[in-house]
Amino acid sequence: MTSDMSQIKHHLSDELLMGYAAGTLPEAFNLVVATHISICDECRARLGAYEAVGGAVLEDVGTTDMSSTLSDVFDIIDAGGTEFRAEPAAPKSDIFPDALRDYIGGDLDSVKWRSVGMGVKQAILPTSRSASARLLYIPGGAQMPDHGHRGTELTLVLQGAFKDEDDRFARGDIEIATEADHHTPVAEEGEPCICLAATDAPLKFDGMIARIAQKFARI
Amino acid sequence: MLNEIETVEAPAQTPIIAKAARPVPPASAAKTKRSASSNMSDENRWVDCMARIKTSQDREAFAELFAHFGPRVKAFLMKSGSNISMAEECAQDVMVTLWRKAHMFDPARASVSTWIFTIARNRRIDLLRKERRPEPDELTWGPEAEPEPSEVIGLQQESEQLVAAIAELPEKQRELIQKAYFGDLTHSEIAAETGLPLGTIKSRIRVALERLRHAMK
Repeated sequence: MTSDMSQIKHHLSDELLMGYAAGTLPEAFNLVVATHISICDECRARLGAYEAVGGAVLEDVGTTDMSSTLSDVFDIIDAGGTEFRAEPAAPKSDIFPDALRDYIGGDLDSVKWRSVGMGVKQAILPTSRSASARLLYIPGGAQMPDHGHRGTELTLVLQGAFKDEDDRFARGDIEIATEADHHTPVAEEGEPCICLAATDAPLKFDGMIARIAQKFARI
Repeated sequence: MLNEIETVEAPAQTPIIAKAARPVPPASAAKTKRSASSNMSDENRWVDCMARIKTSQDREAFAELFAHFGPRVKAFLMKSGSNISMAEECAQDVMVTLWRKAHMFDPARASVSTWIFTIARNRRIDLLRKERRPEPDELTWGPEAEPEPSEVIGLQQESEQLVAAIAELPEKQRELIQKAYFGDLTHSEIAAETGLPLGTIKSRIRVALERLRHAMK
């Protein structure tokens, strides 16, 4: 997948990058971070810096003697295959980086969408329960239901664009919303807006219908 | 989302958040301090070992890396909540992975300790949390392209300076960074402003990525 770097304006926060480097984010957040980094070299480089801190911690951690010997390890190595080859990068044509494609089980046409009303569709992705991840499909010009947040919500645009009160978010841009935010994003006219969203708390819709939808659709 | 460091038990006089980054001592100035000094000149040796494994499956080169990193990976995993048998098994796995994936190591983007840290971190998530770990799509140098030697040297020097800079931090601040990387802090407790000079190493990795993107076209 080529880098869409030049157009990306909204990047991962340092907190998310450090949490991803340290391995402490919930799986659903890891998925959003890995998908963004797949198309953003700026954040890939920033992640490299936080991983370098991890490397420095490893150097500084002290030592605990291993009970297995070098020949034990070579026995394992010799029993399995080795892979001394660089794999050629396969051409990618879809909007999903491999990191995300693995969770969907294919391309855009493999997504099992479920309608949540007003033309908006979603597909929940299988992650551990500490946070949830979903794909959202918002028709061009459609408004997302008004909702507040509990916890943190990450929204990464994969196709199309949306606007909220302050900003425009297009492919590769990530919106990081917290409890204080109460916003009403609108998809731009034109092609449908497809986003990967993750939250560590259920979204809270204001309207009754949305509440019912939330109950049944797990939004 | 992420709370300030006050949520962690940090004494006010040594906040991990240091908005004004401390001046960084040159790597040589830190030679007298702590254990970091003994590792200072080693980064290039480890890079050479990796190259020997990659090009000729050199078992002596692997033995050197095993002797240095095996006990560190085990110690790291035990501090990260593994019991001793899990840490042993996992450290073994990490060393096997190092051998098998030697061709994936890119010395223009990471030191050997950094690369091994990421393998150990991923194994910890597998074993302790039993979760998948989504990874960014991989970017690797094809057989016809290699990183620039000057970029490799620059990145390795920068990694050494980072080890030195961490060794120079006040004890409490160093402990907080370690706790974050041992997984003892939840993501909402981590403060990303470490006071560490990360801008230069980021810029070096960025340059390597640009060259790599160019080579992939």
